Amino acid sequence: MVQKRIYMDNAAATRTDPEVVKAMKPYFTDTYAVASSQFSHTPGIMAKEGLDRAREIIAGKLGALSEEIIFTSGGTESNNLAVKGVALAHRGKKNHLICSRIEHNSVMQSCQWLEKEGYKLTLLDVDSEGFVDPDQLKKSITSDTFLISVQHANQEVGTIQPIAEIGRICREHEILFHTDASLSFTHMDLDANEVQADLITLSAHKIHGPKGVGALYIRKGTKIQKLQHGGYNEFDLRAGTENVAGIVGFGKAVELGNSEEPVIRELQKKLLNGLEKQIEDTKLNGPEDLSRRLPGNVNVSFNLVEGESVVLHLDMKGISVITGSACFSRSLEPSYVMMSMGFSHERAHGSIRFTLSRFNTADEIGFTVEACREVVDTLRKISPLSKKEM
Amino acid sequence: MSIPYTKKVLEHFMHPHNVGKMENADAVATEGSPACGDMVRLYLKVDKKSKEIEDVKFESYGCASNIATGSIITDLAKGKTIEDAKKLNWKSAADALGGLPPVKVHCAVLAVDALRTAIENYEHQNGLLKEKIPTTKDIVIKRLSRVINPLAGLDVVKTKLVQEVELVDGEVSVYVELPPDHQFAGNIKNEIIERIEPLWDVKAVHVILRGE
Repeated sequence: MVQKRIYMDNAAATRTDPEVVKAMKPYFTDTYAVASSQFSHTPGIMAKEGLDRAREIIAGKLGALSEEIIFTSGGTESNNLAVKGVALAHRGKKNHLICSRIEHNSVMQSCQWLEKEGYKLTLLDVDSEGFVDPDQLKKSITSDTFLISVQHANQEVGTIQPIAEIGRICREHEILFHTDASLSFTHMDLDANEVQADLITLSAHKIHGPKGVGALYIRKGTKIQKLQHGGYNEFDLRAGTENVAGIVGFGKAVELGNSEEPVIRELQKKLLNGLEKQIEDTKLNGPEDLSRRLPGNVNVSFNLVEGESVVLHLDMKGISVITGSACFSRSLEPSYVMMSMGFSHERAHGSIRFTLSRFNTADEIGFTVEACREVVDTLRKISPLSKKEM
Repeated sequence: MSIPYTKKVLEHFMHPHNVGKMENADAVATEGSPACGDMVRLYLKVDKKSKEIEDVKFESYGCASNIATGSIITDLAKGKTIEDAKKLNWKSAADALGGLPPVKVHCAVLAVDALRTAIENYEHQNGLLKEKIPTTKDIVIKRLSRVINPLAGLDVVKTKLVQEVELVDGEVSVYVELPPDHQFAGNIKNEIIERIEPLWDVKAVHVILRGE
């Protein structure tokens, strides 16, 4: 009944590229030694070589040095290490950190945990398109500020923050700058020196690499304390056996991620135009200017219908997307990102996020637009709300 | 499948029974609010003599469990006398659906509440109350505490959107702290009237907005 699945939840996880799987395979069955055995035996050296090669590829992509790349278990760990690691290194000297209100939970909750531990936290507001205001950022800085964390692109509405400008402000004030680039890395150009970032979070499974692997770029000389103890791995910043196969896959994924942006941008435009044209009262959530939006992110609210119902109906038609509706979460709270953008509860409850990848096709976009039109039509027919009431 | 709904819930969600508006309904009730993410409006047609529910329809703005409960509860209520229909509760709906995830109780309960309120409204308007309790300020406020303030997602009493309630000779005046040109003013006004008007001894409901 259901034809081939149309997967449009790539901001959650992407299809692991078959080339990535191929590159990883020997590291499970042949080169399975731990990389830290490089001084003992040949298999260890081979594992170390795989690790180093991936590190070089990723560093190269960021315009960084190899020794500035620390492998972790993913974006969440990288964000925890960046925020808490820097905070601990400044303990007793500086006490204030700043992040935006729409950071990923792993940055937000790390900051909030630090607040409970006695640090001072300033949350930066965002405007109705999700942008932080560099002027407000400047005003929030005190002589006590040691870290500013603002993501590169937002996970829900795709807003691309002016990180080069934020980086410049941080440099001027001699404050460390962390940016979570989990979603944007390889999908967009990012150079650590151009944006003057001191810490950058990267994740493999958002870019067609495997799950359970990420990295943190740490600029040479950055004051940071390690959080996970038990060994001298990763330049003594992250103890634990490296996930060699995963890391090799991460490196391969970065290699493959070149030059896909124009393709995805084209699909993004087609999807948004289709939805806006075919479905009355469709509101785009996030930046109108698509060039200031993460490639592949389309987030809309269909007036008068609730998100979970739309998502489930689409799933029945073989299309995978998500919603910011409270009903979709365990908390019964609508998306904090949209509430921070000043949206009404209704708009957040009705929001649907489509995130595309290079594996999506123009045909899939056409099918999805038509499916959305049918579903929204069905649900509007049974809705007690009329346009007037909203 | 990983979606935490039973087959029955999904069936009713995909193809809900008894949906749509009803012209000339004998009673109407609305529960929930788009601000909470779920809203149900339920219409009743009752046989004057037998007091059997001849027809019942519902409209839903909500998630799958909300739509499915609306579908099953209207199925269950149809043909029952209003006395029997009053005994239907959340559990009757959940059982008939083969279970509902605990986190969805909040959404599912609305359709059941709407059925109860609609029956209650019918009784008020058709002289069927066993005990004719005169409306007091407390009764009005209790009913108003089911109206949601869309600005906060909480009820209009708790959020002090309703500032004052007056009751004189069966005429109820509700003072609302919203300017008349506010985007939600009309909506809230209608909801308040719909809540209070059915009370058996209420002759008129006046909603007074800020500055009026």
